[in-house]
Parts: sequence; structure tokens; C-alpha cells
Amino acid sequence: MAGTDFSHQMTGGQHQSGFARSKLLFARFHIDLTLFLLLALLCGSGLLILYSASGQGGAMVQKQAIHYLIGFTVLLIAAQIPPRLYRVLAPWAYLAGVIALIGVLVLGVSGKGAQRWLALPGLPRFQPSELMKLALPLLIAWYMSTKSTPPKLITLGKAMLLIAIPLVLILKQPDLGTSILIAASGILVLFFSGMPWWLIFSMISIVAASAPLMWFFVMHAYQKQRVLTFLNPESDPLGSGWNIIQSKTAIGSGGIEGKGWMQGTQSQLEFLPESHTDFIIAVLAEELGLIGVLLLLTLYFLIITRGLYMAARCTSLFGRLLSGSLITTFFIYVFVNIGMVSGLLPVVGVPLPLVSWGGTSVVSLLAGFGVMMSMYTHDVK
Amino acid sequence: MWGNSFRDRMAEQKLFRSRAIFMAVFIFALLSLLAGRMAYLQVVLHDKYQDLSENNRIQLRPVAPNRGLIYDRNGILLAENIPSYSLTLIKERVNDIDETLDYLKNLIDISERDEEQFRKRLKYSRRPYQPVVVKHKLDEKEIAQIMVNRYYLPGIDVEARLVRHYPEGETSVHALGYVGRINEREEERLDKKQYSATKHVGKLGIERRYETELHGQVGYQKVETNARGRILRVIEQEDPIPGKDLVLHLDQRLQNAAAEAMKGYRGAVVAIDVATGGILTQYSNPSYDPNSFVTGISHTEYSGLRNDPDLPLFNRAIRGQYPPASTLKPFLGLSFLDAGAVTWEDKVEDNGWYQLENDERLYRDWKRTGHGHVNLHDAMMESCDTYFYDGAFKTTVDKISPFLAQFGFGRNMALDVPNALPGLLPDREWKKNKRRRSWYAGDTLNLGIGQGFMLATPMQLATATAMLAAKGKWHTPRLMETIGGVSEVENMKKLDDIELKDPEDWDKMFKAMEDVIVGSRGTGRALRYNLNFRMAGKTGTSQVVSIAQNEEYDSETIAERNRDHALFIAFAPVENPTIAIAVIVENGESAGRTAGPVAKQVIQEYLEGAQG
Repeated sequence: MAGTDFSHQMTGGQHQSGFARSKLLFARFHIDLTLFLLLALLCGSGLLILYSASGQGGAMVQKQAIHYLIGFTVLLIAAQIPPRLYRVLAPWAYLAGVIALIGVLVLGVSGKGAQRWLALPGLPRFQPSELMKLALPLLIAWYMSTKSTPPKLITLGKAMLLIAIPLVLILKQPDLGTSILIAASGILVLFFSGMPWWLIFSMISIVAASAPLMWFFVMHAYQKQRVLTFLNPESDPLGSGWNIIQSKTAIGSGGIEGKGWMQGTQSQLEFLPESHTDFIIAVLAEELGLIGVLLLLTLYFLIITRGLYMAARCTSLFGRLLSGSLITTFFIYVFVNIGMVSGLLPVVGVPLPLVSWGGTSVVSLLAGFGVMMSMYTHDVK
Repeated sequence: MWGNSFRDRMAEQKLFRSRAIFMAVFIFALLSLLAGRMAYLQVVLHDKYQDLSENNRIQLRPVAPNRGLIYDRNGILLAENIPSYSLTLIKERVNDIDETLDYLKNLIDISERDEEQFRKRLKYSRRPYQPVVVKHKLDEKEIAQIMVNRYYLPGIDVEARLVRHYPEGETSVHALGYVGRINEREEERLDKKQYSATKHVGKLGIERRYETELHGQVGYQKVETNARGRILRVIEQEDPIPGKDLVLHLDQRLQNAAAEAMKGYRGAVVAIDVATGGILTQYSNPSYDPNSFVTGISHTEYSGLRNDPDLPLFNRAIRGQYPPASTLKPFLGLSFLDAGAVTWEDKVEDNGWYQLENDERLYRDWKRTGHGHVNLHDAMMESCDTYFYDGAFKTTVDKISPFLAQFGFGRNMALDVPNALPGLLPDREWKKNKRRRSWYAGDTLNLGIGQGFMLATPMQLATATAMLAAKGKWHTPRLMETIGGVSEVENMKKLDDIELKDPEDWDKMFKAMEDVIVGSRGTGRALRYNLNFRMAGKTGTSQVVSIAQNEEYDSETIAERNRDHALFIAFAPVENPTIAIAVIVENGESAGRTAGPVAKQVIQEYLEGAQG
């Protein structure tokens, strides 16, 4: 459908606006200009905040700009790949991901008390869970698109099993946050595919009921500590509570208008930890105030609604399910990060999408958007 | 088939759209929740977090005032503040503390005690990024070693701080005292605000007595710091008011002379400026270095001082209470005269002992063969005991004790010598209360030669001698000459001036005391050689162990610690006395040969040193 939209415009308006003309040009390269511009705007703001958060660290900003450059290149490439190729790749990517996850557990490299890295000779060190972030929704979307909708219970059951495998493997590392986020990306596909509401609610009930069991049998000491700190950060103000107290102080002291760009005392005087990575929103909130926060939230909302719109306009079920899952996962990142920094959620290591410093996350997120553009712009018969 | 599939597609798309719309609404709701949360923090709780953030950033730091300096009467610095360098470590910036310590040990000497104390401090350090001291008192070489290797030692730094220093060391500690680290008890006693930045407090002596004045007033600095506690800029400040400088009457030249003269002796020297009561010398031997106490003395060093049989920590000048023995005779003689019990002409026959009626006990003279017929002048010069037994008996304790009290015996009369002991001036009342016995005539006889119950400190002897030299004029003994340029004191301890019935008795007593030195039979005649000024004095020998009735005192067979104490009081020049002195040499035996020369050397330094 999307493809036909453009053909109308091609023949229609005699006085094409500049935007429409560029839209045309971008369409030829399977790029959605609206989303692309919104993303570019987000990344640009990200650089501004990062410049302040890193203590006017020009070098860091330069590196991040390179991350963005790589990310947008990957986005461009991902958008060119036709959806059918993704379909074909889906099971293989998933298989490779599972094998890599097993590899991590057998011969992984530890860091900070958990085994998350895989260092294979000849390849750069990487986290297989990053691969899974894309591979799992890809697989589930492919699997569900081969079945009729709304899905039968047996189909859902099989899909759940496919989700459970990486979930358990990542839990073993242990990395609770990532495993939940990855499982969510799979379950979201099921949601979009029309999973019955009664099943959704009973699943939510089961998860809620099993939370105490998780506490006693699944969670590690450090994870319990995080939850305890979340419930009462003042209990350990110099240890694990420090981060959250300082980030709330940064946000709260920003007020409506903020202290001014690069004028935040919490961030500039290094009271705020991880200010250029996970806690970067606190820098924005302190320096640009509630106004800055609302602008950023609006930008995210625009990106997400555009993403959902594109998903809904996909011609293929596969594309719709995959895009829906990817954009909603993107939202979950936003929500978890801001919720965590503002003290609504326990501290889990989730960066603020496309704003926090870090190459892997930037590239994989932009790759996801590339896939979404591919789904949206390729007309699938 | 196609139609079916098409219908399915429509249905599929419809289903997806409804789910997508649901999701969009749901996401909008959650983003609104986040926006609400942010607004709650930034608008509703803004003031609270504004304060927290300011508290983070702005610190009110107390600034310790510089402690007042202490000078002697000639402007010689006795106590100063010098920079001392400490090695510090910031825990948060050091990856592996053990590894860093090992590295440091290769560079400088870090003792087990240093390490132990460092680990203790580390355990109790409060704020993150606060430097913790690894080692105090780095020397220049150590500082250089650390500085050169600083690149390899993140989180390690060298910090400078002002620390009290006593350049004259051992020679003045028994007058000055010292400062030390504030302990828990002192922390409760001291003003929390004034001492918020101060680490040391006067523990003893003048440092303790004038603590308030020397300390000064705390200042404040409002500073902006980063999370590591590093000061980025000073926003406003109120400078501390430094402590007042203290000028003492003490004369460091005399302290040195006393230390030199007392070498090898245990004992004390106190000298007083006759005209003012200013304490010129307050020296006790052996002594110790106060500088060890300032930054914390090591356990071994301290127990070494404590267990030293010569008791270096014991301030004999003000806390050593000795029977004054014959040095009390000038005061006793005046009391006999003033009571009208004797005249200068009256003579007593001395056969080597004195006996009370109805008492078989013999009260011996130090000279077994006796002094023959002696008057007061000769009795003073030769220190005839029998004369004084007789005089005391005639005068009675009821007149002697009050008379001696006028000279300050039995009380601590010094203005600013805390911890000084009062000695003991016995009378009937005292004996009844403390000993539950009545006063015997024999007690009066013992008092008559400055023995028995009577005890005096060197400080008291010097004070009494100064009053004698001033012919009864009272000047409160004091170390402080001026503090912050002011010499007046409130609540000055005062005694009445002594007015003798016959003021000529002063001059006659001066003459008798001068003859102790220049008279051919004077007990201090050994001192007359090379004497370029007129000096009056009195020897004293106080028994450490009592000698039985018929036993002979034989210094050869008696243990060194049981030998008699040698005492000497003196003033000079006789025609216009300026300095009065009291010296005790424990187990020194012959006052004329031990304590006397010490007194002479100190007086000589005082009278002649300035020219030399």
C-alpha cells in the first residue's frame, strides 16, 4: 500500500514541495523520511546532551557521532534488504543466537560478576544477547506469519517455547534485565498477532503471582539488592542508593526551566554517576528542566507513533508483526530507562535509546529501524 | 481461495490495527506517567531537590585558626606552627588498595603501625572521595619519592597541614606543656563550633592554661566542591581569627643553662623575677621531647617514658613535693624574730643535740659534735639544727605555721601553672583532721628544721625566696608576661605583703644568707669562688630515709636512691635582688656541691649572660 502512495504523488502534484521531493528521493532508497528526520533530530539532541554530560568531552561526542554514522549506514543497508530475505534469515539468525548463547555459558568471558561476552578468535568480542534482540522477534514474527491469525493456542504454545529457550539461556548468565526485554520482544509479536485477551491477562496474573517465587529461587543477591535499593534508596545512600538519590536530585533541582545547558551542578560536578550512559536523562532534566524532558518525551512519542503507523501500513503480516514488536520494544527501553532514572523502577542497566553513549546499542537500534523501513517500503504481494 | 485469503488479510489487518491503536494509547498513557513523574520531581519536589543539590555542591567548611605563637621574654620562639606533610589515599580512585600499599612500601617506609592505623581510618571514613591519611610526617625524600611516582599512583596525594612544633624541645616542655590530638573526653568538653576544624588541643602546661586565647576563633569557607570533594572555588569566606601570641617571662637562656647544669641529676630548678613574680625558669630533669606527642606518640615510645625509673614525665618543679629541710630556716628565723621568741643577740648552746623536758629522745644536729654557742646569724650560716629546735619550741607551731603561710607555703599561688601541687604546711588543725592525732612538741621541733610533715615544691620555695628577696612584697608568680600584647589578668591570686615588726630583720637575714656563701663557716662556702656578684642563699639536705637514733648516716653504704636530697635557695644581687631561685637535686646529698652550683650557674647566666 505504501508503495502506491508514492506513485500517486509522482503523478499528482505539479508543485511539489521540497519535503515531498526529498520524500520521493528517499522512497527510492526505501527510507521513510518522516521517521528518518525524527531519528536524526533525536540523535542530534543526543549529541548536545552528551557534550554536556561528558564534561564538554569533544572526543566522546566525536566517537558517538561516528556511532550514529555507522548506525545510519546500517539502517540504510537494512532498509534495502527485501523482507523475504529477512524471512529466510530468521530461523538461521535465531539458531546462531542460541548457539552463541550456549557458547557464552560454556566458554564465555566474565565481566562484573556475569558471563555475557563471547570472544571468538578472529571476531571482535560481542554479547550474543544483542544478536538475540533482533533474532527473536524476527523468528517469532516469521513463525506467526506462517500461521493464520488469530493464532491457535497450540501455535502460541510453540512460540512461547521458542521464546523460553533464549530467555533461560540469558537468565543463566545471569542478566535478568536483558532476558526480560528479549522475552518481551517475542511476546509482543504474539500480542500483535492477536493473542486472545484472556490469555494475556492470565499470563500477567501468573507473572505477578510468581514474582515472590522469583525472589527466592531465581534472583541473585545483587538483583535482590537492586530491588531493595529501589524500594528504599536511603537505606544505602553511599552504596547502591547513591546513584538513584543523585539522579532524583539532579532531575528535581532542574525545575521547570532547568539550570541551563552545561550549567547542571549535579552532572558537571560529577555527583551524578553514569551521567553519559544510563543516567543521561537526568543531565537533560537538570540542565533543560521539565520543558526539555517534555520535548524529548514528545520526540519519542512521535517516533513511536510513526513506527506503529508504519507497522500498521505494512502489506505483509510478517512485516506488521516484526515492526510492531520492534517499535514497542523501543518504547519499553525508553520507559524502563526513564522510569529507572526517575525512581519509578529498580535500577537495571538499560540505556536511553539513541541518546546514551554507546556504539552497540545505537547501531542495533538503528538497524531495527532499518528493518522496519524495509518492511514498510517494500511492497509484498 | 483468493477471496478467502483476501478476506483473511482484511481481517488480519483490522486485528493488527486495533492492537496497534490499543498499544499507541497504552504507550501514550505510560509516557504521560513518565511525564507526570518528572513533573512531580521537578515542580512539586523542586525545592527539596534544589536544597539537596545545593548541599551537594556547596559545603560550609570550617577553617581552623592558626594557633598563637609562644615566645620567651627575649623573643625566642618556643612554640610555632610548621607545615607537616601527610600521605593520603582516596579509596574510590584506587583499584586495589593492597597492591597500592605494596607499591608505596617499595618507595617509602610504611611501618606495620602506620598500616594498621590507616586501615582503621579507612574503615571509618565517611564521605566517598575523602582522602584518608596513610602516613604522617613525611620527610623531604619521601615526598620526592611519591611525587616522582605519582603518575603510577592514582588516588594518592601528599597533603600539607600546620602542626605545632617546639623548637627548644626538651628544655621547655615542663613549663610549656604541649598540644596533642583531641581525644573523646576533650571532644565533649570543647566548644563544638570553635573546634570544628581543630585537631589539636593544649594538654599540659601553658598550652593548656591559655588554650582559649592561643586557639583563636574558627573561620568559615563556603566552597563549591565536586563529588570527589575537591574544592573548585570559594564562594564566600569568613577568615578565622588567629590565636593570640603569648610572651612568657620564661627565659630560654636560663632554661638552657638549667638543663646544662642539671645534666646527670634528677631534680628541678625554678627561678623567679623578684620585681614582677615572672617565672624565669621552670625546669625539671630528666625531660622529654614534646614534639613526639603532637602527632601521636607511638606506644613503645610512650611506655618507654612511663617506665623510665628516672620519671621524665614527672614535672618535679611543680609536682615534686619535698621536705624543704634547712632551706626553710630563713623563713623560720624571721618567724622566731617576729613572734618575739628570739633576738639576733640570743645564743643557744649546741652540743650536738636538743632534748625536750621529760623526753628521752635526742633531737640531733647534723653536726655530731655541735656548733657550740650560736646566735641566729651563725645558726643560719652554719645551719645549726639545735638553734632552730630551740627557736621553734619557743615560738610554737601556732605562730610558725601562719607566718610561713604568708610566703605561700601550703598553697598553689602561681597564676598560670595548672596542676601544681600545694605542698603541705602542717598545723594542729591539720594533724587532728588528717592524722587523728594531737600535735606533739616533737612535731614542732621537726618543723623547726623544715622536716617532718612539712612539704614544699621547688615552685613554692622559689616563690617564698622571691618574696623574701623583695622584703615581703608579694608578686604572684606567673609565666605569662603578655598575651595578645596585654598583661593584665582578672582574678589574680594575691597574698598580702608581709610587714615585719622590725624591717631591719630583712637586711640582717640577707646578711646571714650572704654569709652562708661568703662566710668561712658557711655551708655554701664552696660557691664563693669566681663569684662576681653578691649572692644570698641557704642550703638544705632533706632525708629520704630516716636514720635511727644511734645510727650513723654513711653515704658509702646507702643506696643511691636513698641518699639525701640536696636543696638550695638563693637570690642575687644582695644589694638589689632581681632573681630568686630554688633548686633540688634528688639524692644529691651535699647541697653546697650539687644544688648550689646549679643555682649559681643559672643566676650567673641571668646577671651576666646578657653581656656575654
